[in-house]
Amino acid sequence: MYDAAPFAAAAPRRLTVGVADGTGTGGWDWRASVAARVGTVAGAWEGTGVRARVAAPRRTPGRPRIRALRRGLVPLALVVLAVALLGCDAPMSTSEIEGSWNKEVWKPYWVIIWLAGIVFVAIMAATIVLSLMYRERPGREARQIHGNTKFEVVWTIIPVVIVLVMMVPTLDSLFKLDEEPPADALKVEVIGHQWWFEFRYPELDIVTANELHIPEGRVVDYALRSVDVIHSFWVPQLAGKVDMVPGRDNRMAFSALNARPEPYLGQCVEFCGTSHANMRFRVFVHTAEDFERWAREQAAPRVSSVSRTAEEAFLAAPCLGCHTVRGTNAAGIAGPNLTHVGSRTTIGSGMLENTPAELRRWIANSSAVKPGSKMPPMAQSAGGTLTDEQIDVIIGYLQSLK
Amino acid sequence: MATVAGTLAQPTHTGVWSWITTVDHKRIGVLYGVSGFSFFLWGGLLALLMRTQLAVPNGTVIESDRFSQLFTMHALTMIFLAIMPMGAGFFNYMIPLMIGARDVAFPRLNALSYWTFLGGASILSLSFFFEAPGGGWFNYAPLSERPYSDGSGIDFYVVGLLTLGLSSLMAALNFAVTIINLRAPGMTMMRMPVFVWMTFVISVLLILALPPLTVGLIQLLFDRQFGTHFFIATEGGDPLLWQHIFWVFGHPEVYILILPAMGIVSEVLPTFSRKPLFGYPAVVFSGIAIAVLSWVVWSHHMFTTGMGSVPRAVFAVNTMIIGVPTGIKVFNWLATLYGGSIRFTTAMYFAVAFIATFTIGGISGVMHASPPVDSQHQDTYFVVAHLHYVLFGGAIMGIFAGIYYWFPKMTGRFLSEALGRWHFWLLFIGMNMTFFPMHFLGIAGMPRRIYTYDDGLDWGFWNMFATIGSYVIAVSLLIFLVNFFRSVRQEPTAEANPWNAPTLEWGTSSPPPEHDFDAIYTVRARDPLWYDRDHGIAPPEVTGEHIHMPPPSYYPILIAIGITLLGVGALSHLAVSALGGVIAYYGVWGWALEPTD
Repeated sequence: MYDAAPFAAAAPRRLTVGVADGTGTGGWDWRASVAARVGTVAGAWEGTGVRARVAAPRRTPGRPRIRALRRGLVPLALVVLAVALLGCDAPMSTSEIEGSWNKEVWKPYWVIIWLAGIVFVAIMAATIVLSLMYRERPGREARQIHGNTKFEVVWTIIPVVIVLVMMVPTLDSLFKLDEEPPADALKVEVIGHQWWFEFRYPELDIVTANELHIPEGRVVDYALRSVDVIHSFWVPQLAGKVDMVPGRDNRMAFSALNARPEPYLGQCVEFCGTSHANMRFRVFVHTAEDFERWAREQAAPRVSSVSRTAEEAFLAAPCLGCHTVRGTNAAGIAGPNLTHVGSRTTIGSGMLENTPAELRRWIANSSAVKPGSKMPPMAQSAGGTLTDEQIDVIIGYLQSLK
Repeated sequence: MATVAGTLAQPTHTGVWSWITTVDHKRIGVLYGVSGFSFFLWGGLLALLMRTQLAVPNGTVIESDRFSQLFTMHALTMIFLAIMPMGAGFFNYMIPLMIGARDVAFPRLNALSYWTFLGGASILSLSFFFEAPGGGWFNYAPLSERPYSDGSGIDFYVVGLLTLGLSSLMAALNFAVTIINLRAPGMTMMRMPVFVWMTFVISVLLILALPPLTVGLIQLLFDRQFGTHFFIATEGGDPLLWQHIFWVFGHPEVYILILPAMGIVSEVLPTFSRKPLFGYPAVVFSGIAIAVLSWVVWSHHMFTTGMGSVPRAVFAVNTMIIGVPTGIKVFNWLATLYGGSIRFTTAMYFAVAFIATFTIGGISGVMHASPPVDSQHQDTYFVVAHLHYVLFGGAIMGIFAGIYYWFPKMTGRFLSEALGRWHFWLLFIGMNMTFFPMHFLGIAGMPRRIYTYDDGLDWGFWNMFATIGSYVIAVSLLIFLVNFFRSVRQEPTAEANPWNAPTLEWGTSSPPPEHDFDAIYTVRARDPLWYDRDHGIAPPEVTGEHIHMPPPSYYPILIAIGITLLGVGALSHLAVSALGGVIAYYGVWGWALEPTD
């Protein structure tokens, strides 16, 4: 569905923590040397989808000892890379750093991954080595040791130190993520519905659904709300998630780092009922000029080029009870705003491509596509009131609402 | 009535009625264990269905609402009906034996807690015939409220958990009192086996953790049945109130699930390393520290709910600190292997594997203790991987270690070591195949609790891999069942202490007589049987005096039926509740007047 190649082609973005490009703050320089020292092991993480980019130090020629280490790990790295080909560039990978929030996340994340890796290797090695070394053998007597206070002190201090090293970047990032957004931040209200996302731009007078458009590089100040149950707003490549809790005004602020034609994929991640799995959305990141153009188009009432007879057919159908088309007397608010629905790439909260055939499936009987959908079946064949011909006319009308 | 001479070995009464009326802690332990294991298989079957649906993108095996019921019931079954009762099975059977006692403090209460458990388990499981709960085991409001969950599923959840909570509370009080009061002469607190310590710790945790859950469940019941709105924002309630209440219970609950396994492993490792547990006081006190800290970390389940920076910072730090006592335990277990002469029985395989797999769950747990990292991990498959490494890699591995270790004590028979190896290796490989790739899926952005996913997201390969792993686990469990049924048909050949273990339960015959010990031990050291062996101290003399054992009673099951009907009435007709009330009242009356000698 999504071709990974263009994502990779955009390559030499080095967005982690300044390991290679020196953009990181001074405090983190030591990591570059750690990364170089154990560079090959980073390959192992590539199979996991953890692909934040420590790649450059790995390719620079190292000291002989490190080269030897690399040779030893080549077979392992090959296996892991083979696996990586099956799983890398996942369109929802949390390790693709495309947003300011995710960039901040990966500052403590890398420290924690390295520590976790070291502890993992150490404990696994100790378990295996001790199990093999002290197997029963003829003549072996178990040494009746009850304990050793020095050891207890040492291995109390080890986890204390590890935890302290984790805490510092964690707290640093935590408070940075919660900083007030700048005054010129673009304000967007995200409203969760069972099972779709509504996006409102209060300053721009835009209401849309399931496809969020934002400008590159500008901080967006999101107000997160819900009209029914708890949902959660998540675009993994851009940011972590924050829940949308009824009765609360949750906030998060971040910018997208790169404009690109392919959308970023988002999904609701708090279980919210029948079609939780189908509550998806897309985020389009534009250059500033493209965003301006998009915003101008969306702020306008519905395009004037629509066929009047088609519009009358639409307004005669039950649609207007739940949907709004600005410039007409369709002003329902239970379902997505359709004023510019023809400009969207998907329908049904990201489930279907926005084509006449898919629109027909959707309008005819939406809950056959998306279980639990609140939109009642419209086709007479599914118990609704519309004939196939009427649906054809409505599809034509919706497609024209660019 | 059941006064047996000290030298009489085996109980003579058998048959269904003897099981229904039993107040013998060993029989109740067996009932708990067999019920718990049956529910473990049932919960596993639910998981297999889910893994089958998720094997490929856009799977069509199970539809959405049924899938929600499966993951809800899988979690509830595994937590409340499998791991907790299997732990309870071991407490019941082993604690009196390990402390050198002849029964628990309140034998009839013990029977009542089992039968109440069975009643609650029936309510929860039989919901499949009506409408199973589908709101997740965490059952977040307002999705669990009437406007969004109109069917009876959530009511089954509420009534089932209230009943189960009552059962656990009775059991916890019973074991706390037993451990404090019934220890053999000379067994000071710091001479208790670690398993006894951990049982004591979780008894205290249960006594403190169940009341908040009960409060939350009753608030939800009132919201749904009587129109209150504790958790409905539009009416002035707060959905996050439910989350706080639930996780104040829920996080200690995690330790209630894992601490028994830690206790079992702390028994198995020294026995088969043939040396005492390394750093006994450190292991005990780190267990206590984990229990204490479990009360100040609950909000790490809620990092993404919009809590302020400072509370998140506090809960993050508290959560990371739990890594310290956990680390101390792991190091001490490893040091127990050091210098040993390790006999690799199947029980030992499971115990050593526990160290490795539990550690993986511990590491990933500390990873998402960091709120920025958790903002990516929360509600993804990374968390699914984490919790299964703790509960499968930890609790279930520990429980299997306990089953292989104590099977000869409980039945007088050995499980086959050859089949045991097959069971172990297939389970170990299968669980790692199933759960390790879930880390990758989480990092690749796969949310939890989705019944379907699109292709093109690169999640297909690891999902298929995990599904294959889950079937490997299923095969390993079939091998275990074969092993179990073959072994129980064999002639009993186990002597009192086949593993040459140090603790008191091995100081009586296998299986033990109804009165446990012909003569009560005097404990002189932390590893009493090894101390007596090394110092040439003979087992205590049998004096031949009469041993008084409590008589069987049918009042426990009668009261449990009454309690269960009280709950069933809340789901059907209040007349059923009234009937249940009458039965329970009659039972309590009869219980109070029943002669006990």
